[in-house]
Amino acid sequence: MSRRDTAAVLALAVSERDHIQGPAGAPVTLVEYGDYECPHCGRAYPIIKKVRERMGRRLRFVYRNFPLRESHPHAQHAAEAAEAAGAQGKFWEMHDRLFERQFALDDEYLVEYAGDLRLDIGRFREELAAGVYEPRVREDFRSGVLSGVNGTPTFFVNGMRHDDAWDFEPLAAALERAASTREPPPGTAPDPA
Amino acid sequence: MSPNTRNPEGPLGAGVPAPDFSLHRTPDQAVSLRDFHGRPVIVAFYPADWSPVCGDQMALYNEVLPEFRRYGAELLGVSVDGVWCHVAFARDRKLHFPLLADFEPKGAVARRYGVYREGDGFTERALFVIDGEGVIRWSHVSPLGVNPGADGILRALEALAGDRTPA
Repeated sequence: MSRRDTAAVLALAVSERDHIQGPAGAPVTLVEYGDYECPHCGRAYPIIKKVRERMGRRLRFVYRNFPLRESHPHAQHAAEAAEAAGAQGKFWEMHDRLFERQFALDDEYLVEYAGDLRLDIGRFREELAAGVYEPRVREDFRSGVLSGVNGTPTFFVNGMRHDDAWDFEPLAAALERAASTREPPPGTAPDPA
Repeated sequence: MSPNTRNPEGPLGAGVPAPDFSLHRTPDQAVSLRDFHGRPVIVAFYPADWSPVCGDQMALYNEVLPEFRRYGAELLGVSVDGVWCHVAFARDRKLHFPLLADFEPKGAVARRYGVYREGDGFTERALFVIDGEGVIRWSHVSPLGVNPGADGILRALEALAGDRTPA
């Protein structure tokens, strides 16, 4: 019973459970473990938009929740709100809204954003109150811990943790490198389960 | 487990009975390993309160605590800092687990676990997962500046739970 001393790898392969932007057959997959209330994730948000533009169809982007509840009191509910919007087909719209309005994440605002996105407000409110997506967010969090996520944001490029800086240039360079070497897709990363 | 050149004996490994200890968490409250008999215990030695990486590591464990508790496991942080320092650090970071002071004689518990750094006067960044019978089931020493994360601990707890529930 001893730990692998190799670099951290994604413990939960990207699958249909995930929120994905970009083509399934893209040579590069970028997974972010993020927290909607984390200022660093807020700073990463426009950078990700930019690298997605630059990479085009060569990149698929996956967002998973890693709410740091002890530091960020709104992070858990914000994550559940995005999942609730996802259940109504508007995950990315809510994801974007939350990062753009990071300073206003109280429940009343979450409901307001749901209204802006023309979601079924009654259902959204009920699901948020009942914690319907709490297990889903927990599953994301746990998969992050098992993958060696120590803080947010943490990125994985084709299943390997990206330990370099994630400013636009270094991140884009890492993605270009991954695209040219065509490392095995994350579906082949070892799954401990 | 990583080899450790600083301690000739190296850190205690899997299968070894965990040395019992009793250390203060506050000026008038001590915690003993045997208090947790029957439940898994995670002992996390770290070099110092307030130093940046330790802060991140302890902050991470504070977040992952609910996952540890799902296995019924208790987490104990241990460093050579004194109780007043621990109290202030725990309050500042809002930690929900005890920090124990391996303060007098300094580093005595860390020495028994093979994770004291003689020249430096503080402990390695070392993790031990101990089962309900008091036997070490997993241990890991990371480089001082590297946050070891919580994946190794969770995997060890998962393996323990797997051993225990074949019924």
